[in-house]
Amino acid sequence: MQLSKETQIKMYEDMLKIRAFEEQVDEFISRGAITGTTHLCIGQEAVAVGACYAIRHDDYIASTHRGHGHCIAKGAQIDKMMAELFGKETGYCKGRGGSLHIVDMSTNNLGANGIVGGGIPIAVGAALSVKMQKQDKVVVCFFGDGAMNQGAFHEAANLASVWKLPVVFLCENNQYGMSTPLNEAFNIKDLSIRAEGYGMEGITIDGNDLLEVYQTVKDFAEKARSGEGPNLIVAETYRWKGHSKSDPRKYRTREEEQEWMKKDPIAAFEKKLIKEGILSEQKAEEIKEKVEKIIEDAVKYAQESPYPSVENITDYVYVEEEA
Amino acid sequence: MRQLTGRQAVAEALMEEMMRDEKVFLLGEDIGIYGGAFGVTAGFIEKFGPERVRNTPISEAAIVGAAVGASMTGMRPVCEIMFMDFVTIASDQLVNQAAKLRFMFGGQAKAPMVLRTPAGAAAAGGQHTQSLEAWFTHIPGLKVVMPSTPYDLKGLLKASIRDDNPVLFVEHKLGYGEKGEVPEEDYVIPLGVADIKREGKDVTIIATSHMVFKALEAAKYLEQKEGIDAEVVDPRTLVPLDIDTIVNSVCKTGRAVIVHEACERGGVGGEIAARIIDSRAFDYLDAPIKRVGGLNIPVPYCPVLEKAYIPSVEKIVKAVKEVVY
Repeated sequence: MQLSKETQIKMYEDMLKIRAFEEQVDEFISRGAITGTTHLCIGQEAVAVGACYAIRHDDYIASTHRGHGHCIAKGAQIDKMMAELFGKETGYCKGRGGSLHIVDMSTNNLGANGIVGGGIPIAVGAALSVKMQKQDKVVVCFFGDGAMNQGAFHEAANLASVWKLPVVFLCENNQYGMSTPLNEAFNIKDLSIRAEGYGMEGITIDGNDLLEVYQTVKDFAEKARSGEGPNLIVAETYRWKGHSKSDPRKYRTREEEQEWMKKDPIAAFEKKLIKEGILSEQKAEEIKEKVEKIIEDAVKYAQESPYPSVENITDYVYVEEEA
Repeated sequence: MRQLTGRQAVAEALMEEMMRDEKVFLLGEDIGIYGGAFGVTAGFIEKFGPERVRNTPISEAAIVGAAVGASMTGMRPVCEIMFMDFVTIASDQLVNQAAKLRFMFGGQAKAPMVLRTPAGAAAAGGQHTQSLEAWFTHIPGLKVVMPSTPYDLKGLLKASIRDDNPVLFVEHKLGYGEKGEVPEEDYVIPLGVADIKREGKDVTIIATSHMVFKALEAAKYLEQKEGIDAEVVDPRTLVPLDIDTIVNSVCKTGRAVIVHEACERGGVGGEIAARIIDSRAFDYLDAPIKRVGGLNIPVPYCPVLEKAYIPSVEKIVKAVKEVVY
């Protein structure tokens, strides 16, 4: 493990940022301060942070409808994200995308996606582009267990393998596709065995263990980067919240949720850092306060920002003709 | 001037653009050694190699999705979907992804890609013959190009490849064999400029793709047998649509007949008619606007029935005579 103490603390801080951002968003959504709906990844933070820290800044990621964590972990600013969810002109997508399409392309994030599995062929296209331009980047393609039953996944995984493209397919298995549990959607228990059918390596890991995610993605990304072709990681995790805003979670028990909450990836990593003397309880408190302040500032920024002007409603539909 | 077929014109456009810009590459089913289902890319893999002429598995969603992802990250892919009917299998990538990503991302991305696909009836039954262009004109963010002649195919394909937006480039299977003048020298036809294929003063026939040839035949007949002087306007691109040229023509003739091979119901004819009515041409109209489209049925296999499905020269003549009174 080459991770410095500083990096580990930063990873801890990023997980806290994701959670704090989403808890704030959850509150705004439930009282209508943010319109529409959103898909929260609370409980899954270790996958986003572990994976994004395992790759380079110029490597690509493709995200999903549950994409706040990926966006933050890849380096996006909280204030511009919050502004986007508020639909403001200062948001990353100038208020045109919202939570479902959130992206900071300057971090080589290819975007969240409103279509389950929709980002997977795009990730493969980016990897093709990387290969053709003789760059040595990789693409980490996030998707959920639900997306694994989309045709797009099968087509794209196969194509990437046939063309030996540098993609790490990273399935966040959070146990439910909206309300549908794994056993109603799959006739296999270990989803990573599908990798074999595409001629690639596959592995299932504990998605709540930050360092396991980090190390596995690092290893798999380097394999993909070195020309071995794509591979598949299935990270077992759990979404604490409902699928989206109005989900009474009738399809699972509160006891099951409690069991998974005991495996909180942030608490576990915090405990480990303190045990190893990398982090003190006092320092942890300071970081939490710092994160709280970042969220507060982001909310203020978002609230004070202007909405887009209706006059510019047709902007960005087409690339304008060059003058 | 030299004569090329539509197939040669498309191939020449692809060849020239690939030589001009190394970011341009091809992907699609059987476009390698086979040379494409209609032979458009014959010889390409030998010339450019398998890196730039990428033969794919039968995976339309992955083909178009890969084009989207590659176009977002610096390449200029041209993908071929073997029959326009098969675009339905890739429609998420075209409609939800390529078309909208720039807008949804607030201008952070662009998708300079072309999806080439052949449409039109050619003795192949209901799943290999459709003309689905109207669906895609309904999707903001896409450009839809549908040329008729070899000259237009070449010039518009070059413009489509150079365009920074996703372009659906609809070829007609029968157009591959049509011959026409194509100059040796380099040229590009800008998207959004209609072409008057025949000047006339009595009626405007607006025809798309292969129907342009039928409209020209009808115009010849009308002139010789009926003394009616028809103007034939080929929009060439449906999005953006050069409505000005159409409106100017209708203002001159006072009559409009719109011809396309796609089913009449929900076809682009309705949109063009509405745009004419909603323009200054309304005051010049001396008769109702007529549409001549395919029948509102799946395209039949049997030649007798297929012929009855497709707008014929006779049907165009009849429609013209109904409005020229």
